[in-house]
Amino acid sequence: MTDVASPLHHATVVDDGPAPETTRADWSSDQEVRWCPGCGDYSILTALQLLMPELGARREKTVFISGIGCAARFPYYMNTYGVHTIHGRAPAVATGLAMARPDLDVWVIGGDGDMLSIGGNHLIHALRRNVNLNVLLFNNQIYGLTKGQFSPTSQKGKVTKSSPVGLVARPFNPISVALGAEATFVARTHDMDRHHMQETFRRAYEHEGAAFVEVLQNCNVFNDGVFASITKKDVRDDMLIELEHGKPILFGSEKQYGVSRRPEGVVIVDVAEVGIEYILVHDEGIRNPSTAFSLSRLAKTPATPTPIGVFRAIDRGEFGSSVAAQIREVQAQVGRGDLADLLRSQPTWEV
Amino acid sequence: MTDIAEALSAPALDEVIIRFAGDSGDGMQLTGDRFTSASAMFGNDLATLPEYPAEIRAPAGTLAGVSAFQVHISDHDITTPGDAPDVLVAMNPAALKSDLHTLVPGGTLIVNKDTFEERNLAKAGYDHDPLEDEDLAGYRLIEVPMTSLTKDACADLGVKPRDADRSKNFFALGLLSWMYSRPVEPTMDWIDAKFAGKDLVIAANKAAFNAGHAYGETAELGSQRVIVKAAPLQPGTYTNINGNTALSWGLVAASQLSGLPLYLGSYPITPATDILHELSKHKAFGVTTFQAEDEIAAVGAAIGASYGGSLGVTTTSGPGVALKGEAMGLAVSLELPLIIVDIQRGGPSTGLPTKTEAADLLMALYGRHGESPMPVVAARTPSDCFDVAIEAARIALEYQTPVMLLSDGYLANGSEPWCLPEVSDLPAIEVEYATGFNMVDEDGGEHFWPFQRDGDLKRPIALPGTPGLMHRIGGIEKADGSGNVSYDPENHERMVHLRDQRIAAIPVPDAVLEEGSDGDADLLVVGWGSTWGAIAGAGRRVRAAGGRVDHVHLTHLNPMPANLGEMLRSYRRVLVPELNLGQLVKVLRAEYLVDARPLSKVKGQPFTAGEIEHAVSEMLAELGEDPDGEESR
Repeated sequence: MTDVASPLHHATVVDDGPAPETTRADWSSDQEVRWCPGCGDYSILTALQLLMPELGARREKTVFISGIGCAARFPYYMNTYGVHTIHGRAPAVATGLAMARPDLDVWVIGGDGDMLSIGGNHLIHALRRNVNLNVLLFNNQIYGLTKGQFSPTSQKGKVTKSSPVGLVARPFNPISVALGAEATFVARTHDMDRHHMQETFRRAYEHEGAAFVEVLQNCNVFNDGVFASITKKDVRDDMLIELEHGKPILFGSEKQYGVSRRPEGVVIVDVAEVGIEYILVHDEGIRNPSTAFSLSRLAKTPATPTPIGVFRAIDRGEFGSSVAAQIREVQAQVGRGDLADLLRSQPTWEV
Repeated sequence: MTDIAEALSAPALDEVIIRFAGDSGDGMQLTGDRFTSASAMFGNDLATLPEYPAEIRAPAGTLAGVSAFQVHISDHDITTPGDAPDVLVAMNPAALKSDLHTLVPGGTLIVNKDTFEERNLAKAGYDHDPLEDEDLAGYRLIEVPMTSLTKDACADLGVKPRDADRSKNFFALGLLSWMYSRPVEPTMDWIDAKFAGKDLVIAANKAAFNAGHAYGETAELGSQRVIVKAAPLQPGTYTNINGNTALSWGLVAASQLSGLPLYLGSYPITPATDILHELSKHKAFGVTTFQAEDEIAAVGAAIGASYGGSLGVTTTSGPGVALKGEAMGLAVSLELPLIIVDIQRGGPSTGLPTKTEAADLLMALYGRHGESPMPVVAARTPSDCFDVAIEAARIALEYQTPVMLLSDGYLANGSEPWCLPEVSDLPAIEVEYATGFNMVDEDGGEHFWPFQRDGDLKRPIALPGTPGLMHRIGGIEKADGSGNVSYDPENHERMVHLRDQRIAAIPVPDAVLEEGSDGDADLLVVGWGSTWGAIAGAGRRVRAAGGRVDHVHLTHLNPMPANLGEMLRSYRRVLVPELNLGQLVKVLRAEYLVDARPLSKVKGQPFTAGEIEHAVSEMLAELGEDPDGEESR
């Protein structure tokens, strides 16, 4: 005799009260970090380990899911729950987990090959559905763990082991891809600025739905300095365009440059020439992604001024909670299912 | 019902096999399904074989567009949809041309005469009207102008002629219902429910059905009315069930029995899609269905849900299993529960999407890279899909492993009467999750080690959200115990053996000879999956003719029953009929060193009992010529 009627323990979000005070050490696992010395991944790890105590997150309610690649080793170093899955599939595994467990904070970590090549399909669909995930894409424009082949974000002409006379194809722009999938939160940051990373990750964490963050990350072994011309301290002012909601988009050591909207898209202008009133005021909350997309096209290569910060942040129904709401609505209407009734739901007869 | 009371005095047949064939747009699947349901409600035993093209609407009237539904009804226990139909209903020339060869000599052929005109004849490839010459002399031909009689019947209802034409399948159903004394009410009720709100459609379909029924009564078919009386089935409440519905309900039952919410990640693929449809309806049971972007995402999401504490399931067919291979390996490595349902179809590649085959066994057993052991179970009949789904969940959850469940297109769409189980008799499924530390280090520090196994070689699973037990797992080889990344050669070899041993050690029920076997024959027929019906039917015929043959049917294909080797070795010869080129037979020969011989069929159709009877008889004759068995020992 089985007690079949026991209620299924569907996880729901309950207020556990404030999380206990933690420090970076509480969020660091006991595993030795095995990235190459000098890898940009270290600074991303540090930024996140330092940020987590500030977010008020609970370690047991935090899960890092990754695919394959250097970046995908990330979960091993966080003292949280974590799964190192298979190449490209982290967004898919994370989608199932986030749907089944709305009470968890689910982070997805991967590189440009993992998320834009083999896993590109899962990434765009997770973003399209707006699953409650924080997706961090570490973009170093190279395959590192397989030792130096071009990636889907490598620049045209790039010479690598698998493109000895130069890469023929054009790269994906991760921000454009995410905006094309109409992601509700799209941002870019870089591994040389801990504060900017932390503020960007904080915004991603607070966003309801899929939050996509491209982190420009240096691979000092196979693609060293690929972002140096924009991220090094001495060039940043002139080469990074910091997007701030509600403010005119200005950059340069004297804020002498700005971004202006033209019929063909946004362009970089000299503020003195056009006047401050012609400078685009950044608005993350425009539902039409066109302006954000145009901003994402501003830099053609990492050698020209490149926007960082939050391109887009809008509210739209989160996927998992919407699916769960349908279940609750049906259960509210017809009650919880009864197995004996189900078996008799087609015509029956007695013998 | 008065009509049936009258009909009970009609001459009785013990069984009849009817095949409805027509154009894809003629509604033959629906007609067959309604005839089946009425027969089920009447109390017959039955088995069905729907056969339809992969194209949704092949060009009308062509051979490629022919859709057929075969149903076998009887007054006794039967196991197959029948070797050859006694009655063929051909709604157009193409149906006649493509399916006439299936009809038994002297069988009844009912044709919709209206469709035998020049254009349709040409589309079917006839250069003359076969109804007008001697082609059909060997059959009892009944020509009925179904289209025009249906239009006449609908004339006063205000139904447009084109719409009236679409009701002609109900005319055929009405006529066959009269000829075989089927109850009328279930069909009338079904029409009311199915077309609720479309009064004209209801009126037209009922008018067509009644016209067909009346045609049988008033035309010169009076002498042709017969009845197939109810079968003496075991007492209980019955429903007519197909394999995919039974499998879906089994998964819902497993969710209830385990207390875990059911999560289905799936991508549409024939012939598995109906499981996604069915489970999507059952939100009241807390079922979450996720139609993923592809097969890999479907299994990935199921793994994620399973990691979160749901009963994770993915449903597909062979091509989808191929795509899921790497993710299944991940589930093997993570030692997480997961059910992969493979509704097999003809392959390789796209193969025969709507036709049955059972050639995925070796893929299920071995189709992953590395040493990647996975339990495999297979259903034998449509209703058995319910029990096997629960068994798959039991193994997955109690032994924390992915499990492959094999069904096929024949079971998925075929139906049979099912004596409903008592819910209270279903076995509970025990699920355990870790709640505390399981390891103390030299300094007295307490830890949670995700690969610190218990006596059953099971690892502890701590669900995310469990305070203090944070840990990381992954597809990289893990250190036995701590679960940390390990490339140590000794550790890898130990882990490969542990994964193998723990699956091999899963207890499965002993193999038991099927009904009618006496345990003392020279020949044992070993089956798995949907061949059960044909093998059982063949066994009855062989024994009725004085032959001796035993039958064992495997539900558990990995691990196999502990007594199987001994059982196989106690026979002089083993015959293994399979809808493939001999996959189980290879495994049996390799594992048990027995003289097992294959019997193959790969035509996209199930075995008939006759085919297996023939092979068994030949093999018995061969063994009889060598009574001492010298040749085979």
